[in-house]
Amino acid sequence: MIDQEKFEEILSRYAGAPEDLIEILHELQEEYHYLPKEELQAVAQRLNVPLTQVYSVATFYKGFSLEPRGLHHVRFCQGTTCHLHGSQRLQEGVVRRLGIGPDQTTPDGQLSLERVKCVGKCGAAPVLAVDQDYFGEVGVDALAKILKPFRKPK
Amino acid sequence: MPWPRSSNLSANPNRDDAMSKIEFPLITRHFGSIDPESLEAYVAAGGYEALKRALTEMTPEAVLAEVEGSGLRGRSGGGFPAGRKWRVLREAPGEKKYLIGNGSEGDPGAFTNQTLMEQDPHAVIEGLIIGAYATGASQGYIYVGHEYPLAAQRLRLAASQAKAKGFLGDRILGTDFSFDLTVRRGAGAYVCGEETALMNFIEGNIGEPRNRPPYPFQRGLWGQPTIINNVETWANVPVIITKGAEWFARIGTEKSKGTKVFTLTGDVKNTLMVEVPMGTTLRQLIYDLGGGIKGDLEFKGLITSGPAGAVLPKELLDLKVDFESFQAAGGNMGSGSLVVMDQHTCMVDVAKYFLQFSHEESCGKCTPCREGTKQMLDILTAITNGEGREEHLPMLEDLAAVMSGASICGLGQSAPNPLLSTLKHFRAEYEAHILEKKCPALVCRPLLKYTIDPETCTGCLACLRECQVEAITGEFEEPQEIDHELCVKCGMCYAVCKFEAVKVES
Repeated sequence: MIDQEKFEEILSRYAGAPEDLIEILHELQEEYHYLPKEELQAVAQRLNVPLTQVYSVATFYKGFSLEPRGLHHVRFCQGTTCHLHGSQRLQEGVVRRLGIGPDQTTPDGQLSLERVKCVGKCGAAPVLAVDQDYFGEVGVDALAKILKPFRKPK
Repeated sequence: MPWPRSSNLSANPNRDDAMSKIEFPLITRHFGSIDPESLEAYVAAGGYEALKRALTEMTPEAVLAEVEGSGLRGRSGGGFPAGRKWRVLREAPGEKKYLIGNGSEGDPGAFTNQTLMEQDPHAVIEGLIIGAYATGASQGYIYVGHEYPLAAQRLRLAASQAKAKGFLGDRILGTDFSFDLTVRRGAGAYVCGEETALMNFIEGNIGEPRNRPPYPFQRGLWGQPTIINNVETWANVPVIITKGAEWFARIGTEKSKGTKVFTLTGDVKNTLMVEVPMGTTLRQLIYDLGGGIKGDLEFKGLITSGPAGAVLPKELLDLKVDFESFQAAGGNMGSGSLVVMDQHTCMVDVAKYFLQFSHEESCGKCTPCREGTKQMLDILTAITNGEGREEHLPMLEDLAAVMSGASICGLGQSAPNPLLSTLKHFRAEYEAHILEKKCPALVCRPLLKYTIDPETCTGCLACLRECQVEAITGEFEEPQEIDHELCVKCGMCYAVCKFEAVKVES
């Protein structure tokens, strides 16, 4: 079900032109942490763009997700310096501990994994981020401690 | 996070006398010294004076002549002269014209544009307004990469502040000149840094590049004449108007004027962001400013400008930082990301890493890029797996030639650069992988062999617990052993061993 009030509030900030599509999707993504199907249909109708185009935009860009994402986001930096300093090993360590791969969410909806291109903190490579917290020079042996606080349900 | 930077540029011992009279830095001058969320702070530091000067004392033609005379060139890659671009737009027929500030900066290891947009948003905006006055554009857009929410937030704040003070919007500073600006947040696609893909993004579409011609100055945004410059290029404009073209043209080399901001990362002692005059050498950057190689290891190579750039060997350390030198070396200055690599880096792995990047980020529109990156990646994967064959190297070179010649945008055209440059400068390393099935830098997993030294092993079981395939066996406080049949060579045991008992060889 669409939360009409919320939906109208988001749309009211835009002129309703087709070029507003990506900005509106940003707002929906921020609100729901994914793009719900019914909202996408409603956006297509209101902006007068074909649903196929909304779908192609929603799936082309990595910032949008059609599946619900977890409460917390674990991001591994894939930047050059992190790569040179063992980001792959780090990623495998996280995958093994959480039992999910990149772009997946734990069954309890707590954590999702994401690979990002570069977080610009190259001095601390390899870098792992959980939400807004950044962890630098992370070794595999430090992972359990880093992930623990985020695994408990709120 | 405070940004790493060198504030002590005057320490550069190789500046000649003319240079020492010039005030540095230009682009990074406000970083950390003014509140980026305050218009008043920007104005107090001399901000919007250039705009006032342009609008009240200069004709659009005079502003254009000033930018042409400065020799300013686009900071995002090709180094196209900004003034020439502006003139083409000015002379293009059409009522509605657009300007775009490109703050995409998707290269790994690059954060100069991010820092500029976050620390001095008004400078970018002032540059665009002056550009609009000179070219007759009425609407501008700034595209901010998906990874930089703070930059987008500050640019939006800055634009609304500028509008409230009459620097932006209708009838700017009481003149007949009007210009509006919209900030667009990227949604996560590297290819959107390419100018025509970016235009498709702004129109609300997927970021696929367009065929050229028609060029953006002929048919750009919504089919109207448009020019696009990097945000660093725009931030140079107020400096040029304030100080004058002649002053600006004294900085740098004969063909590359002004300064360039670089991020120096990787195996270097000081990770930093630094602005240097064009013509500075890479050696000065890495050793004088960066402090040399971490752990005093040996310098092996330098990656310039990420997936589109070249890997330079130590023989090219005296290369000067300017557009021509970088192009001659097989890359481009681009985003200004410099990643230093020490002797523990495998160049085949580096080429594979960048091909993986380009393959994932290829939008898939044109075949040479979509299929070419995939084929290259497959071949490089085979080589790093120890399945390389001698004929692979000429095959890679053939593929590279097709991709650079036939891809429709810069992503596909320059995707082979890291491969070609490593192949040129580090061919012996490729041959070691193919002929001897060895990785000299001990990076490529399938070519490695891990063993545990029974003399050093304390039997703490840290490695045993970490081994995902249960290839390690042994009793507590007894030496451990690795079963090479089971070992997948992930190196976890090597990473967690605190006693350096795990040995690796190729």
